[in-house]
Amino acid sequence: MSISGSSGLATALTARTSETLVGASLLLFASISASAAEVDVAVAANFTAPMNVITADFERDTGHKARLAFGSSGRFYAQIRNGAPFQVFLSADDETPAKLAQEGFAEPASRFTYAIGSLVLWSAKPDLVDAKGEVLKAGKFTKLAIANPKTAPYGRAAIETLTKLGLLSAAEPKFVQGENIAQTFQFTQTGNADLGFVALSQVMKDGRVTEGSAWVVPAELHEPIRQDAILLSTGRGNAAAEALLKYLRTDRAKTVIRSFGYGF
Amino acid sequence: MGFSAADLGAIWLTLRLATVVTFLLLLIGTPIAWWLARTRSWLKGPIGSVVALPLVLPPTVLGFYLLLVMGPNGPVGRLTESLGMGLLPFTFWGLVVASIFYSMPFVVQPIQNAFETIGERPLEVAATLRASPWDRFFSVALPLSKPGFITASILGFAHTVGEFGVVLMIGGNIPDKTRVVSVQIFDHVEALEYTEAHWLAGTMVIFSFLVLLAVYTFNQKTRELERG
Repeated sequence: MSISGSSGLATALTARTSETLVGASLLLFASISASAAEVDVAVAANFTAPMNVITADFERDTGHKARLAFGSSGRFYAQIRNGAPFQVFLSADDETPAKLAQEGFAEPASRFTYAIGSLVLWSAKPDLVDAKGEVLKAGKFTKLAIANPKTAPYGRAAIETLTKLGLLSAAEPKFVQGENIAQTFQFTQTGNADLGFVALSQVMKDGRVTEGSAWVVPAELHEPIRQDAILLSTGRGNAAAEALLKYLRTDRAKTVIRSFGYGF
Repeated sequence: MGFSAADLGAIWLTLRLATVVTFLLLLIGTPIAWWLARTRSWLKGPIGSVVALPLVLPPTVLGFYLLLVMGPNGPVGRLTESLGMGLLPFTFWGLVVASIFYSMPFVVQPIQNAFETIGERPLEVAATLRASPWDRFFSVALPLSKPGFITASILGFAHTVGEFGVVLMIGGNIPDKTRVVSVQIFDHVEALEYTEAHWLAGTMVIFSFLVLLAVYTFNQKTRELERG
């Protein structure tokens, strides 16, 4: 008896509280939605560093708010198809956004290339990698970290590079694979792999490589790593989502993107 | 459709890993369980907690620290390199070491429970019959705790098969060395190969169900037998 009585009271209280809360938040929402909106963005792991800078600028300039989730494009694809609450997707490739558009989960017309990634051969050791990448030919390394070529564009570019150099079969037994470019960098940075093919954006800040040693792989050694952004169907009519996609094309954003070693 | 060569490689590797780990864990875990079951030392609490840590820790925490500790700048990494063994991350034996930590509670706790259930009495009786401590352990304690050992083996094996986070952190996804089934499934999903993912994932569900069913049926039978 006493239990049901008190739980009844609790329900009544909760109902009352939540009513007030809903009312209050509706008011709050109405007051800010005119000017500012919120957007949830799925961001490819390699674009983490520049996107944090760009988002800070974006929020300051527009008053909108962007929440970022970082991960692999393949996983985002699966999550978006299964109802993940993202409105904008910054992919590490151009195929995944195209596929989402084709399948009706994104707006085809909104797709554009926000950055072209650069591949770099990097080591945490300051003197291991020379300016021409000769270290690969010399074979003086025990482990070479690459991103999983099946799922990560930077991994695919690494394989293409090694193939063009004729070094694939020599290097393959020394491969360790990261699930995405972030993990590949982590393997290399902790020294568990002495060399790694990572994204230039991970080791570059303000236009230069800040630690370790690096060889920026010439663009002609692999297919361009075109990274596309797209407005997801859930973001239709979301002011913040549309503003963010527009913002990515401004000179201000492009300067940031370029400073992390991306091209256009 | 069915399993590709890579899938079969992953399955075979996973079974090999789980077998080696279960075997080593029975060797390492039995003395630990014995000590935990019988000690009155104040260390029982701390050691028991350390053994149980993987039950509550995210596997990523374990994987992260193992990567640092076994890496070239970590104490274990320095040791293995100076012994000429190279580094443990990205190797089969690295996974074995990681899995031993990770699956430890699943092996130690059932054995410890079994040892505790025996109690002092049978061992005291054996002692009055002049059985040496070793003899008491091998001819009295071990046979009486057989159900505990069987549960421990099954759970240790199954838990190692189901390992993912730790392997992901220190494995490096190398075919036939560190690419176990769970990682292979993850890869299939990431690569949008859902049919292949279903095959492996479905197999895992059935396998895990059968393992647990075996444990529960077995435990029920022993309990009925004990009750007479």
